[in-house]
Amino acid sequence: MSFKKLALGIGAAGMLASGLFAASTPAQAEDTIYVPLLTYRTGAFAGSGVPIANGLHDYLAMLNERDGGVGGARLIIEECETGYNAQKGVECYESTKGNGAIVYNPFSTGITLQLIPKAPVDEIPILSMGYGLSATAVGETFPWTFNAPATYWSQMSAIITHINEQGDGIAGQKIGFIYLDVGYGREPIDLLDALAADMGFEVVKVPVAVAEMQSQSSHWLQVRRENPDWMIMWGWGAMNPTAIKEAINIDYPMDRFIGVWWSGGDSDLRPAGDDAIGYLSANFHATGTDFPAIQDILTHVVDAGLSQASRESVGENYYNRGLMNSVLIAEGIRTAQELTGKVAITGADMRMGLENMNLSEERLAEIGLAGFTNPITVTCEDHAGAHPIYLQQWNGAGWEAASDWITPMRDRVRPLLEAAAEAYVADKPDWETQSCN
Amino acid sequence: MFYREAGQFKTTYRADQAVFPIRQDLIGIVILMAFLVVVVPLTFNDFWISSVMIPTLIFALAAIGLNILTGFAGQLSLGTGGFMGVGAFACYKLTTIFPEVNIIVHIALSGLFAAGVGFVFGLPSLRVKGFYLAVATLASQFFLEWSFGRIPWLYNYNASGAIEVPNKYLFGIPIAGPTASAEARYLVVLAFVVVLTFVASNLVRGRFGRAWMAVRDMDIAAELIGIRLLPTKLMAFTISSYFAGVAGALMVFMWLGAAEVASFDINVSFQILFMVIIGGLGSIMGAFLGAAFIWNLPILLRGVPKFFGLDINAATVEHIQFMVVGGMIIFFLIVEPSGFARLWQITKEKLRRWPFPY
Repeated sequence: MSFKKLALGIGAAGMLASGLFAASTPAQAEDTIYVPLLTYRTGAFAGSGVPIANGLHDYLAMLNERDGGVGGARLIIEECETGYNAQKGVECYESTKGNGAIVYNPFSTGITLQLIPKAPVDEIPILSMGYGLSATAVGETFPWTFNAPATYWSQMSAIITHINEQGDGIAGQKIGFIYLDVGYGREPIDLLDALAADMGFEVVKVPVAVAEMQSQSSHWLQVRRENPDWMIMWGWGAMNPTAIKEAINIDYPMDRFIGVWWSGGDSDLRPAGDDAIGYLSANFHATGTDFPAIQDILTHVVDAGLSQASRESVGENYYNRGLMNSVLIAEGIRTAQELTGKVAITGADMRMGLENMNLSEERLAEIGLAGFTNPITVTCEDHAGAHPIYLQQWNGAGWEAASDWITPMRDRVRPLLEAAAEAYVADKPDWETQSCN
Repeated sequence: MFYREAGQFKTTYRADQAVFPIRQDLIGIVILMAFLVVVVPLTFNDFWISSVMIPTLIFALAAIGLNILTGFAGQLSLGTGGFMGVGAFACYKLTTIFPEVNIIVHIALSGLFAAGVGFVFGLPSLRVKGFYLAVATLASQFFLEWSFGRIPWLYNYNASGAIEVPNKYLFGIPIAGPTASAEARYLVVLAFVVVLTFVASNLVRGRFGRAWMAVRDMDIAAELIGIRLLPTKLMAFTISSYFAGVAGALMVFMWLGAAEVASFDINVSFQILFMVIIGGLGSIMGAFLGAAFIWNLPILLRGVPKFFGLDINAATVEHIQFMVVGGMIIFFLIVEPSGFARLWQITKEKLRRWPFPY
């Protein structure tokens, strides 16, 4: 390589670097709100990540197209690719927070855990909708983190409640728990063990390492040997379709196999098709496109070519999950605007908005999502709220509701959450809490 | 014209053996240090310090570690990520067991744990060579990863399995944890990297380094001239792992603020190996160039479409990035197999003749 070429290369690199400098200057004007979206459309978790990213983006884009934003403030939506990798997630956070970000949705428990201590310092709230650290539901201890509508622990307690209501109850039964062996999958174990001791059932734990996600035959051999009465799965990404396939291989009864709400993607079930009929998955919102707001997305965003989603994928379970998250963002912004009287709100305003959010049935009807989810309220004390959830069942082509709304065991879970929150801050003497009275 | 050592006479062996025998080099390094210590913290913004400068320095340190082992001693290793993890988890355990001791001491000590583990996994190196040794170190990588995930004592039995960094102070200034400013963390990392680079550059030109290079070039010949293979190779493993361990501890405590097993997986090992290969095997300077290149190329690539006003979505950029990095690696392996370090050397030679090349 000649020196001239090298010098040219260095020159070009320098120009690009200066371009990067220019690009990273704040973009916030008077009436815009910057919403960074940490998404993942690449890697082993893209199967779950793509529909969520589409749902997240499309609802906010629809508000921009139809209403010109929220409360007169146009939303600047920017996606940052995390690949479900905590390191990259933190990098995304660091590179976007300076642009006036008002809220972060990591869509990864690993990333959430890393951002929790950063949120109070940077004054940007974290909305980990139905994932993340369960203990962050304790609003007094975690003023900047929200995990409405329910924590993993609430969800697990609801699933156990459901099992307990079938047949002779759960006492004496054997429950298999297969989980992705990362922070996310391990999160509900404390509660599961506590409930097992209380209610007299046995738990068989089957951890699946990330490297083994796509080769689970040995794990399911263990399941066959143990022959549990019910299987509960905390899986994500490529783990889900593999687990379902292996469960079919060992003839595990599908209607006794319950997935967390992150183990219920249409693309997870479709490869198994009819063989997976009967598989259950928790959920807290509806699927399908039968809502005026989703129809608006189809006309204003998808048909206008502003979305990366295909028309058929709109209304899938994970698409609607991403959409639900954006509904919470939009409602948080709206509440913050009402409370502060400002149009362009800050992260601190957004925190107040999320904390006082009241997504009532009337409000849901107003935004064109009547019956999409159970009403959600967030309070200062409870950043999750033990909102009821339901189980849905795979019918070979889509999802059908398979249970009524199940109320989690709030009385049982809340003290455990408080203890966990206390344990979290025990070694952090300068942790900032808030008082809710 | 400016970069010539003509007229700089050395009258003592001491002067001849100085780290920077050429005066221009010394001036250059002083200017560079002044830039890194004064200009960077004062003028760079948070993003540049915490997403560009800090990771580059940390990866450079890990790359120096691997370069000692692979570039100087010729022992191919795929276990760097695991050794970094040992440093990180050791540092985390030290901070929980001895919270009153300063974090700087903990980071320096955590390297010793990694060195110990590196020593153990270096033992097979006398009998296994080349690709087989690479596989043996791969085993260490998987074993260590498994340990981080499955030994709850390592992460203090917390439910998430992740380690988190509490606030730590030096002279009352927070230097680790969420309240620490990017500048403070950067300066700590810089101090570690400068000191350890100085140690490494002196190691490799001293007795150890010469023994390593002799073993690398032909181990039977090295044995014949009286170099004992096992202690030499083990020393390379131990010292290399110390560097990796400190880099791992810095990565968690000074950069990420929290980490889980995935932060030290096989991809990290490969990433650092690429840094060493692209930077130049057997060159300390190459470790810095390689780390800067591999770490910052994706950041640069993400900036390119924006610079030209194109709105390409994040996932496409990610895919393009995979292709470009892969292409660049192949390109460099063909066009300049000795890496950036060689380009740097060529540049220096050209500078010597400038402006009248012949």
